[in-house]
Amino acid sequence: MARLLGPLLVSPALIVILLLFMVPLTASVIGAFEVEGAYGLGNFTKAYDFYTQDIVFTAVIVGLSTVLTGLLAIAIGGYLTLGENRAAVAILRWLYRWPMFIPFIVVGQVLRTFLAKSGLLNSTLVAFGLLDPLTATSYLDWRGVVVAFVWKQTPFVALMVSGAMASLDRGTIEAARNLGASRLRILVEIVVPQVTTTLLVGLVLSFVTMMGVLSVPLMINAQAPTMITADIAFRLSTYRDYGVANALGLISLAISAVAAWFYLRVNMRQGR
Amino acid sequence: MSAPTASLAAPRDLGFVRNLLWWLPRAAVLGALAFVIFGPLLNLLIWTVAERWYFPHALPIDYGFSYWGRVFAPRGNAVQSLVASISIAVFTVAGSLALAIPAGYALARLKLPLRNLILLAFLLPQAFPNLPVYVNIARLFYEIGLNGTVLGVVLVHVTHGLVYAVWIAAAAFSAVDRDLELAARNLGASGLKAFADVTLPLAAPGLMASAIFVFLESLDEFTGSYFVGAPDVTTLPLLLYSAGAGGNYQIASITALLLLVPSIAFMLVVEKFLRADVLAKVGQ
Repeated sequence: MARLLGPLLVSPALIVILLLFMVPLTASVIGAFEVEGAYGLGNFTKAYDFYTQDIVFTAVIVGLSTVLTGLLAIAIGGYLTLGENRAAVAILRWLYRWPMFIPFIVVGQVLRTFLAKSGLLNSTLVAFGLLDPLTATSYLDWRGVVVAFVWKQTPFVALMVSGAMASLDRGTIEAARNLGASRLRILVEIVVPQVTTTLLVGLVLSFVTMMGVLSVPLMINAQAPTMITADIAFRLSTYRDYGVANALGLISLAISAVAAWFYLRVNMRQGR
Repeated sequence: MSAPTASLAAPRDLGFVRNLLWWLPRAAVLGALAFVIFGPLLNLLIWTVAERWYFPHALPIDYGFSYWGRVFAPRGNAVQSLVASISIAVFTVAGSLALAIPAGYALARLKLPLRNLILLAFLLPQAFPNLPVYVNIARLFYEIGLNGTVLGVVLVHVTHGLVYAVWIAAAAFSAVDRDLELAARNLGASGLKAFADVTLPLAAPGLMASAIFVFLESLDEFTGSYFVGAPDVTTLPLLLYSAGAGGNYQIASITALLLLVPSIAFMLVVEKFLRADVLAKVGQ
């Protein structure tokens, strides 16, 4: 009886995951190969013909956002760990977290107003004399999507990275500092190599999250080329075409799998 | 007598001046960061009180609260969406906790074959891009009549929230001192009574944190609600989206502000609920 209690208590939650996640996920994989009642690659050729540009666009945008997120997270975590001015460190610690809990749909709306032609970004640049009002343009294209992703994901990765950096052995850092190494060099050569695993976990999670976000491309980049998520929504709302939608979904799963594989490979090499 | 004092003071002054000079780049970088973080939020706040604002005006032409009146009109769709969003979130919390408390307790305390695999299973909905899954849930729900119902949206949100609920509940239960449970059992309490009177109250702050997490995830969820709920069930994020798509930035911004306030309030208090000893056990 006692041996059965554990599995019994876990099973309701597991059944929900099975029915509402595993089953639809399997259905999406099978559906991608279903063409008018038979199985074949028709959906993929259609997806390739119509959406190659968007697939490349998605991979590049999400990849670029991931790289920028990683660099900013290292910079923030590095200053929090190695910064010598307590007031500046405290200000940064208070400042950087704000966007973390703001939902993507709200991120889309606030950045849509901020990055618009008459948004606060352009008016501030004009006020500082950094931008000529006549050449002001809106940033609501691929740049807006990248800004939205980096804005939202950096605090999350920076939080993970700075936590890992804080638990490092201070001895080596102090020793390098005493030998006269600059803080930038300590960050690049001593601190970052020791937190690579945490950094990569945060970046892979961010990559997958960005691949699945629908609201940001719909709100910020409602033009061609756009992201795969927006194409899937369009394919369904306009044609009810589940075949091509599932094929595009499988392609976005495959792109995420490449990111996860990259993470595993780097991790294995580290373990050796 | 005066010469040594001066030579002692000089380096300290120099250090002070150098530190002061360092504040120039520091203030520039921190100021730019503050602008990048708070600028967009300020822009949103301005939109909520803008009556008329168009290019090339840097600031609104008229200010006022007329859109607030429209949003909170008793028969306005915003109030309806707010009620829908909050009731969906409450049902979602109830559903996830009902599933996660037994599962979390079993993961923390009982013998369980394949324990790590089970923990991993709850992570799956976070580890894949969600959109293809939601598309096919919508298709399945359509066949059994759950599409466009509150129950359908709640089920989608529960699945998505389970990872937080189960992982945090498991961590909260393992942070409870096992000796206290054993003491209660020794004093003659039954297993169920020891759980209800000792373990559950001690794990309550962690469970509260997971409830808040799930509540916010549900309140903010867009993609699943878009495919499963729309157009019959309109939550706040769906209202925000359709108002913005229709070019009504005031309504969209006021709705965004309504969603923003609980998220930021949570960020400010999260450390009170999620204590370090619980956090250290997440995922173990």
